[in-house]
Amino acid sequence: MLEDFISQFWPSTIDGLALGAIYALVALGYTMVYGVLRLINFAHAEIFMVGSFAALGTVQVLGVSNVGGLALIGVVALMAVVAGAVASGGAMLLELVAYRPLRKKGASRLAALISAIGASIFLQQLFATIVIPWVFGTSKEGGRLPLDEHFVSRTNVIDVGPVQVSNDKLIIFIGAILMMIALDQFVNRTRLGRGIRSTAQDPETAVLMGVNIDRVVSATFAVGGAMAGVAAALYFLRFEQAWYFMGFLLGIKAFTAAVLGGIGNIRGALVGGFALGLFEMYGSSLFGSQWRDVVAFSVLILVLMFRPTGILGESLQQARA
Amino acid sequence: MNLTKNLKGNGGSRAGRLSLDPVRDWWATAPGTVRWAVYLALIVGALLLPSEAVGSFMAPSGSDWATMLSDQIGIYVLLALGLNVVVGMAGLLDLGYVAFYAVGGYTIGIFATKYGWNFWETLLLAIGLAALSGVLLGAPTLRLRGDYLAIVTLGFGEIIKKTASNSDYVNGPRGIQGIPHPPSLSEFEILGVQPLKYGLLDSRPYYYLLVFFIVLTIIFVKRMENSRVGRAWSAIREDEDAAELMGVPTFRFKLAAFAIGAAIGGSGGVVFAAKQTSINPENFVFLVSALILAAVVLGGSGNIPGVILGAFMLAWLPERFRELQDYRMLLFGAALVAMMVFRPEGLWPSRRRKAELEEGTGGMGTMGAEVAGPVTAGAGVAGEAAEVKK
Repeated sequence: MLEDFISQFWPSTIDGLALGAIYALVALGYTMVYGVLRLINFAHAEIFMVGSFAALGTVQVLGVSNVGGLALIGVVALMAVVAGAVASGGAMLLELVAYRPLRKKGASRLAALISAIGASIFLQQLFATIVIPWVFGTSKEGGRLPLDEHFVSRTNVIDVGPVQVSNDKLIIFIGAILMMIALDQFVNRTRLGRGIRSTAQDPETAVLMGVNIDRVVSATFAVGGAMAGVAAALYFLRFEQAWYFMGFLLGIKAFTAAVLGGIGNIRGALVGGFALGLFEMYGSSLFGSQWRDVVAFSVLILVLMFRPTGILGESLQQARA
Repeated sequence: MNLTKNLKGNGGSRAGRLSLDPVRDWWATAPGTVRWAVYLALIVGALLLPSEAVGSFMAPSGSDWATMLSDQIGIYVLLALGLNVVVGMAGLLDLGYVAFYAVGGYTIGIFATKYGWNFWETLLLAIGLAALSGVLLGAPTLRLRGDYLAIVTLGFGEIIKKTASNSDYVNGPRGIQGIPHPPSLSEFEILGVQPLKYGLLDSRPYYYLLVFFIVLTIIFVKRMENSRVGRAWSAIREDEDAAELMGVPTFRFKLAAFAIGAAIGGSGGVVFAAKQTSINPENFVFLVSALILAAVVLGGSGNIPGVILGAFMLAWLPERFRELQDYRMLLFGAALVAMMVFRPEGLWPSRRRKAELEEGTGGMGTMGAEVAGPVTAGAGVAGEAAEVKK
């Protein structure tokens, strides 16, 4: 047990960071929507799933296999753009159909939560029954679509002593960091970003100051969706498969990450994502990989017992973004 | 506190809709004899429900209406009533209610197959264990608010499920088989049914057992609602800080709500396991929690007839339209969104809850605050921000 942990420490750390980067990207979508609307966007997990299928489609259209080196970066960038765009559009549509009417009626957040669960079931089933058989032409193993051959040729690019990082993990890590920097710049530097922050702080005053709330909410969903789409492309790079139910577990993990860091807090989502990824990987090397979800949720309960609003605390006001 | 809202009138927008107020007014003034007649009629109706005549409309050809009633609808109604205590009455958001259902199921699974306990013994134990697990989960986490509580309960549900599927003691993912049916109480026959003989073929006795549990639960919950405990719950639901300041020991009452809800969920698990004779971790997935919560909200959280209606619809609709096959869950998801869009307060909200919603506190603790919007923004969000700053 402990020997496993020590011998696996560096590989677990690398895996944990790669996984945490994906969690963090998805968590950003949860946390931004929460920050602006105080709403748990349960269907965000399905936006991630939609992005994964966009990534899969991109690779199938390109028809590439065993890509390595610089070409891989190009393919991943293209995947990320396509998946990001599709997921972003999907998220905006979701907001328009499932949340905006409720918002206009001043419905309770609980009603919005049920609407989100309904939208989530709808999207899963849409892919399971229509998109996968009709667009992708197959429904292997209950909608699980692995590629026929690996499209990534995995090589270790950094190999210093105990640390070995393969090219896909490096791309995931760097790609995620780039997206986070871009988001930080967007939220803190642009006009729309300022709208998002002001709405998060005080929607009523924001309206009085001339912020178009509908546009801000739409933009929040679009940006969150784009993050989930890029996360999906990076996830696809690592696991090379997509299926209709894949969003569920990743979604609740990412939401856990957002809460762990302090929901509504953008930097909290990053901290929470990486912390959760690391805890999970260390946990599975300590107790065996079948316990990793149990470890993840136990850590969440323990952290919230001692820090009831997450590691960095909740409010957007305090953390600038 | 929330002046902006009622001027533009959420209240006004609701006026034109289908309202149950005339029924409520009639009920409020109805004399005791009429009320008892209605109760009696409802119970007789519930007992006659599994008959062929009703089944020919309610169930699609090829599936057994009595089985639908016992395996789906009855269980959902019982669970929804239990979750209603937590969500509807005390205003705590529980996304992992299935955990307590699982505790009930696994209690009978373990004690009946390994130690030979009978149904009634395990039932008592399961209720106790489920309530205990509610307290164990609640004690450290009920100080959390709204969404934090939601994710913790969701995590707890997943922990229970994963632990069950990782433990060889309960056969991991294969689950427990050979759980005995309840012992038959009597062989007497009435109208072609042996209502107290629990066997493999006839589902009706299980349905009657569930009706018995449901009636007991309704009486218990209704008595609770009208007691000091129920008043404390509505105070917590409407404004936890104010309740605390007025001397309501909020933590104790929240814990009680959790434990009572858990105990009801546990009893549902026992009946389910005894009917199915086998359980596995896949019976206790998050979707069940989500559907039960949807039943409570869809029906009108806090209102017992509404919750029963919601659970009935939610359990029945997907079964009724089995001929749509793969598309039924697709339509079900869309229907859930549509119902929330058109009737966000639920099909049959309680009058008090409706007033809370219109006033804008939403009566869901922090979960009740409405989604921020241009017209309705304000009280809810600001209230939460104030909470955070504390």
